[in-house]
Amino acid sequence: MLSGTEWAVVALSAKVSFASIFATLPIAFAFAWLLARVRFPGKIVVDGLVHLPLVLPPVVTGCLLLLAFAPDGPVGRPLAALFGVSVLFRWTGATVAAAVMALPLMVRAIRLSLEAVDPRFEQAARTLGAGPWRCFFTITLPLAMPGVLAGAVLGFARSLGEFGATITFVSNIPGETQTLPLAIYAALQVPGGDASVWRLALISVVLSLAALIVSEALSRRAGQGRGGHVL
Amino acid sequence: MSFDVDIALQRGETRIACRFATGPGITALTGPSGAGKTSVLHAIAGLLRPVQGRIAVGGSVLFDASAGIDMPPQHRACGFVFQDLRLFPHRRVRENLLYGWRLAPPQRRWLSLEEALAFLDIGPLLRRLPRTLSGGEAQRIAIGRALLSGPRFVLMDEPLTSLDGARRDGIITVIERIRDELGLPILLVTHDDREVDRLADHVIPLV
Repeated sequence: MLSGTEWAVVALSAKVSFASIFATLPIAFAFAWLLARVRFPGKIVVDGLVHLPLVLPPVVTGCLLLLAFAPDGPVGRPLAALFGVSVLFRWTGATVAAAVMALPLMVRAIRLSLEAVDPRFEQAARTLGAGPWRCFFTITLPLAMPGVLAGAVLGFARSLGEFGATITFVSNIPGETQTLPLAIYAALQVPGGDASVWRLALISVVLSLAALIVSEALSRRAGQGRGGHVL
Repeated sequence: MSFDVDIALQRGETRIACRFATGPGITALTGPSGAGKTSVLHAIAGLLRPVQGRIAVGGSVLFDASAGIDMPPQHRACGFVFQDLRLFPHRRVRENLLYGWRLAPPQRRWLSLEEALAFLDIGPLLRRLPRTLSGGEAQRIAIGRALLSGPRFVLMDEPLTSLDGARRDGIITVIERIRDELGLPILLVTHDDREVDRLADHVIPLV
């Protein structure tokens, strides 16, 4: 059904999206915890910055990433000096773009699920002899888990669909940064590319729909009748 | 001396001052709702920090503001039976019961799971999830979970409310057995005079 190059596009997209989710999950969890459980000055600023990629034009996000990760940029320079790597025009760069765009969605979902965990269960665990960490891993995290997974699935779908920030940040290089949406865009520019466009578009629809259904099912489990939706 | 408490608590705008020292057996903490009975239990368990004062149970100091002592809740070894029970919804009855037991140092475990099952008559419930239990069943699981954690003293917040007559007598028998057979100091919050008459060796009115 799909040609070899099209399979390569799907495989690259999957690689980028999975890498994006695994990189973002701990960071998103940390932000969600901070926003749900900790009171600190400037919280509204942190909240705003995390959500910025959600409202900013993706091209602007891509530009900012380009500035940050440029060889003499504030992130690019230490990255090159310490590890000798650059993410520019590489699949790792596409992952960074996808991760930044997925972050707000994941933080939102995880934050909601953490806020839904009743602290009274944590208190009970403490009186039964659990220290803060054990309490977190045996009570808080399992109770928040459906929301965390729902956030990850949503983030995966968002990463899969990332276009604007990616093409601005790491360009549209076949085999390196050309993910599904970018390949569809490229095929549209080519005479006679229609068939390829429709095949890739269909795959996108199927993958996104599956992710959405899984995410809704998980968050419904998390809400347990209390109507916990992440969208 | 079982409970030796002299604390001041701040709950929002209201300040609760509370001072009592009791002998062994069952102590009932009584008073109108809003008097801060539950807050006092939370302070003894380490879930609420008093603004000043001192808490000692069975001779060991759990909190002393002037000496800078504030033992974290997981080290206080209190068996807390909450009014709203707080069984972990994601764990089966067996896992709820063993949660504290597994965390207690072996020398502090004075009750085995088998003994608790017989003592509380909860054997058939082991594989159930908390949301499938009746009020009386959940109540006995909550008591069992607290006792299995190897507590040095027991705190009970309204353990008899929302129970019918027969279940009530069952739980009262359990509480008396904790006192007589296990010899633990028990602090009980209640607003029911009949419970006080039936159970309490000492009464502390909180106003």
